[in-house]
Amino acid sequence: MTQMLGLFKEEEAAATATEALQQAGHGNETFDILTGSPYPEGAFGEAEPKHRLYVFPLMGAVAGFSVGLLLMTATQAAFPLVVGGKPILSIPAMLIPMYEGTMLGAILFTVAGIIFESRLPNLKGGLYDPRITEGYIGITMHVPAETAPSVEQILKQAGAEDVLQREG
Amino acid sequence: MQQRVTLPHRQINADLLNVTLKAPLWWWITVGILGIFVLLAFLSVSFMVNKGLGVTGLNRPVMWGFFIVDFVFWIGISHAGVMLSAILRLSKAEWRRPATRAAEVLTVLSLLWAALHPVVHAGRLWRVLYWAFPYDFSRGLWINVRSPLVWDPSAIFTYLTGSTLFVIVALIPDLAVLRDRTTGLRHQIYSLMAMGWRGTPRQWKLQIVAGFLLSALLLPVFVSVHSIVSWDFAVAISVEAWHVTIFAPYFVIGAVHSGVSAVVTMMILMRWLFGWHAYIREEHMDALGKLLIVIATAWLYFFFLEFSFALFSQESQEIALRELQVFTWPWWPLFVVFIIASYLFPVPMWLSRRVRRNWVLMFITSLTVNVGMWLERLIIVIPGLARKTPFNFDWGSYSPSIIEITILVGGFAFVFMALLLFAKVFPLIPLFDIKEGQTLSEDIKIGRRSVPALRVEE
Repeated sequence: MTQMLGLFKEEEAAATATEALQQAGHGNETFDILTGSPYPEGAFGEAEPKHRLYVFPLMGAVAGFSVGLLLMTATQAAFPLVVGGKPILSIPAMLIPMYEGTMLGAILFTVAGIIFESRLPNLKGGLYDPRITEGYIGITMHVPAETAPSVEQILKQAGAEDVLQREG
Repeated sequence: MQQRVTLPHRQINADLLNVTLKAPLWWWITVGILGIFVLLAFLSVSFMVNKGLGVTGLNRPVMWGFFIVDFVFWIGISHAGVMLSAILRLSKAEWRRPATRAAEVLTVLSLLWAALHPVVHAGRLWRVLYWAFPYDFSRGLWINVRSPLVWDPSAIFTYLTGSTLFVIVALIPDLAVLRDRTTGLRHQIYSLMAMGWRGTPRQWKLQIVAGFLLSALLLPVFVSVHSIVSWDFAVAISVEAWHVTIFAPYFVIGAVHSGVSAVVTMMILMRWLFGWHAYIREEHMDALGKLLIVIATAWLYFFFLEFSFALFSQESQEIALRELQVFTWPWWPLFVVFIIASYLFPVPMWLSRRVRRNWVLMFITSLTVNVGMWLERLIIVIPGLARKTPFNFDWGSYSPSIIEITILVGGFAFVFMALLLFAKVFPLIPLFDIKEGQTLSEDIKIGRRSVPALRVEE
């Protein structure tokens, strides 16, 4: 397999290239777009990314609430010292650390979810060019070695300034 | 007048990383001078730990002095990040873009400094651990969850963790920019921190969703933090001035007032120091000025309620305390300065569009707000304790020692120095956010006219 990366200066040219690739039988799941800033979804005809990030804060909130409840009830029961005539399990006071525990759990799980769903850390790397963070748009794909020349031609015809290739 | 300028991404990288990639001479000199003040503050803390709390001005009945005033003040400043970043992000306000990162970093740094105060205030710093965390597993002694000494650390820890992660998550794409622009060891460190970020549509989508999701999660935490700080006061049954049931929202809105003003001060300094004229523009100050009018007026409303509730009860002790705050030396001049600095001077100024677009006047007015808000905390904390109360038979006053004044000055030096240090390692304005704003505001054709896709504040 050959890794390819076409670099485009203009958004319009990159969108033209993805259209040409799809017309040549390369579906939008076969290529990926690399940009230095967010673009509106589908700006380059790429596949819509699916994720399950919204599940993470819910799981985290349940875990955080459970830990908070356990910590509050277990510690007060383990050391039942009456303070100011208040009950040992004083619910209004317990609610405060339990609430913070719930939110902390939700935040920690959300951040873990962001990292996981973003497929980070990306240890495999892949073909990349620093020009992408200077505003170039990259179209990257893995193709069989024999189709690499035709893909290169499509990318160049659409206006790619450079097409990088690497075996593997 | 449309102030939007379209810049190539290469130029945005070069402009916003100008300090990060090569710090100018003034940066080193400023960090060095501020570092001396921070060192003096830490030396003062060390001296106090060695000699005991007797070296401070704290004495019966005023056992809460500058340390607690500073604690509430810096917690208040820390509300800037979430207020601007989260609320403006959720409401999709375009002008938030250059302000969000700096506001979030200000949140983290001021929280760090605030969290130090209750610890220092304890005199024997290590004992705070006994109160805030399970005391002794072997003897079965546990924390008392009915005490604010447990509520406060739980809230501040959650807010600090959440705010720090918020900054880190939004930094990842910019770390990739730094990775692509550095060599040698710095390149390796930035590569490690960027975790192989490539900028795929999936990664960008998650970055945007993460911004909204974390904003939504941090908002209730931000409200809870200052509410819990207010309950440090409100649950103290013996001090009349601290009983009002609206203390929590009053503290929250006060925190937002001082926090957003601090962001204005910081943004103007960033423009002056780093030369970011194309990024921090008059339209941003204009929008922030309008926002501050609303916040300041809401704060004034709560202040009025707090004061009138106290008088309405017609309890002699409450009325005597208000007399102490408003008419008695040395509090009355501080009260007058507080009211003028936090509302009567800045808000009428902000009503004028010319003032809102004037850098020097916005700098001065935003600074005076924080002078006023610091005095507000002083007037809440100290006169309340200085009076004889049902459980305290002394009547005294308080004057801070040089130790407390050095720590106060050290706090401002620490936050400013840490911001400069942050700017040396990471961009203080989110590069990708600026680039996205530029992409989304590119012209579209409507009939025979071309207009920006997103309307920029005029």
